[in-house]
Amino acid sequence: MSILVGKNTKLLVQGITGGAGSFHAKQMIEYGTQVVGGVTPTRGGEKFEGKVPVFDTVDQAVKATGANASVIFVPPPGAADAILEAFDAGLELVICITEGIPSMDMLGVRRVLEAMQAERRVAGKSIPRLVGPNCPGVITPGECKIGIMPGHIHKAGHIGVVSRSGTLTYEAVGQLTALGIGQSTCVGIGGDPVSGMDFVDVLELFQADPDTHGVIMIGEIGGGAEERGAQFIKDKMTKPVAAFIAGTTAPPGKRMGHAGAIISGGKGTASAKIDALTAAGAKVAPTPSDMASTLKSMMK
Amino acid sequence: MKIHEYQGKQIFAKYGVPIPKGYPAFTVDEAEAAAKRLATETGSPVVVVKAQIHAGGRGKGGGVKVAKGGAAEARQLAEKILGMQLVTHQTGPEGQKVRRLYIEQGLEMVTEMYLGMVVDRDKRRIAFMASTEGGVDIEHVAEHTPEKILTVHVDPTVGLAAYQSRELAFGLGLMKYGEETVSKFVRLMATLYEAFVKEDCSLLEVNPLVVLKNGDVMALDAKINFDDNAEFRHKNWKELQDKDEEDPIELEAAQAGLNYVSLDGNVGCLVNGAGLAMATMDIIKHAGEAHGVAPANFLDVGGGATQEQVTKAFGMILKSPKVKAIFVNIFGGIMKCDVIANGVVAAAKELGLKVPLVVRLEGTNVELGRKILTESGLAIQAATTMADGAKKIVDAVVAGGAK
Repeated sequence: MSILVGKNTKLLVQGITGGAGSFHAKQMIEYGTQVVGGVTPTRGGEKFEGKVPVFDTVDQAVKATGANASVIFVPPPGAADAILEAFDAGLELVICITEGIPSMDMLGVRRVLEAMQAERRVAGKSIPRLVGPNCPGVITPGECKIGIMPGHIHKAGHIGVVSRSGTLTYEAVGQLTALGIGQSTCVGIGGDPVSGMDFVDVLELFQADPDTHGVIMIGEIGGGAEERGAQFIKDKMTKPVAAFIAGTTAPPGKRMGHAGAIISGGKGTASAKIDALTAAGAKVAPTPSDMASTLKSMMK
Repeated sequence: MKIHEYQGKQIFAKYGVPIPKGYPAFTVDEAEAAAKRLATETGSPVVVVKAQIHAGGRGKGGGVKVAKGGAAEARQLAEKILGMQLVTHQTGPEGQKVRRLYIEQGLEMVTEMYLGMVVDRDKRRIAFMASTEGGVDIEHVAEHTPEKILTVHVDPTVGLAAYQSRELAFGLGLMKYGEETVSKFVRLMATLYEAFVKEDCSLLEVNPLVVLKNGDVMALDAKINFDDNAEFRHKNWKELQDKDEEDPIELEAAQAGLNYVSLDGNVGCLVNGAGLAMATMDIIKHAGEAHGVAPANFLDVGGGATQEQVTKAFGMILKSPKVKAIFVNIFGGIMKCDVIANGVVAAAKELGLKVPLVVRLEGTNVELGRKILTESGLAIQAATTMADGAKKIVDAVVAGGAK
């Protein structure tokens, strides 16, 4: 078991003929991910690497292949449009890797997605999910890799990882694997101010997944997502959660790489997030080198 | 990206946001000419001489002065302000040199208010915030009297609704200035919303927004930050950029496609990924605080950096006089360890490596990367983990006698 992606995931790659798209499509296929098709407008009819069919639209691709998920490598000017196209074609999971999408575009995407989710909830159906943008993707080790993370550092097991940062996720995974601890699913939710799944959404899935026994949650300065995650941990989580918050030493008003990582107006500081998580019963690793060992100390 | 007040007001004018008459001035002569022109146009000799720097709090720092006596007085004020090191709560103690002025007509107002717009990331909506406490530090108001800030959130599919603007207008007590003032405020809000969306702003503040004696509502200030991600659809942003307002090292880094932020410490850091870069700063501070060891910079070379970019990044760190040791911390994903290793070696050979270098490599092509570093003949200390690297860096700085 796992969350979001697994053996039954049939993946489309939007932007499969571009530089990043083609490189990572190959890597994902090598890892064993079922890449059933690609989408690049005007390139329909081609075969990627001689075997994966390319389509002009996501709708055509879904109808022809039965795909149930999509990963987006489309450059920023067209990325929000690509996300909307994927949801409109009925896909339940869209993972957007693209970095640099304007906030204004994502505000519109969020609004459409929320309306869709509300309709599906009322109908008692499963809801469509967006992961990212500006994220490394989602991996269920040994089953399915969607995104740009290095597959070989992962090991199948029972720890869920959720993070706003790509390389810091690899760091946590590397530490877990070095201790012989495997992962159920690792989810990079991305570093943008307006995005899809939040800590709460992912924690909810981990809590409900019988095969996930503990969680590492990696946050960073800026926004209030970590605080909301802490509230969820306090109210609903029975599984141990180890956390790390990057940016304790970051100066206010400076954007630390990610558009979302900025302390503004005294809000979004690392210490406020660490306090909220500690009060919620999560254990916060004192340094980024202690993420896996902190979780291990909490596992029975 | 930040722009000056006068540039913000030019954008306001484009969307029909009411603003006072004014002209930018780069020299004292231009300031005097602008004051003369305004006196002719408005029939009043009163002008305001305003320092144009990107930081807020200019008035308190002495960068905004009223000239009641016409162009000659405006000239005297311009002489004082132009070229001064203006210190505000946002500039840091060294201040920012004033290189541009904005000369604006003086107006008699009956009240000052605050109006701000941001992308509220928690609600995923554009938020308008308004307060009767205008012209002062809004962060202070937010902290001490949050009930004095009124907020509405805009649904992106319908845009700002008139009722939302009316809610703010009545909440601000604008009825006491007359019905006309309420409708003028509602119109101004609509123009600001249009400007915010079309210009891809991430922040827009009018502090103060004023009501004039005649009941008009006017934006007396304009602070605009753009969403850097939207640069591809705003070709004019390049012209609006004022390079004098930016840290020269950060500018150089940005031109090379690197994320760089200068800090006060003594350890140069080269890391891939923003989160890992922040975490690396944190662990250096954690390990070194007691010994006066701290990060000198935040540097994320990103996921897809080329060897040239890595060479450039490492060179920038090598050239910084405050750097007493360098920590390279890489967890290769898309970024391959051998690309990093080649870049580091190239820069060190070109510029010379005079300070201790600690390298921690992990991930894609790690063996190849380590081999390149070993065979380079450079004095490199290899670290196995982030904690090990941080300890080695602290030891190296302490051994070097740096405080």
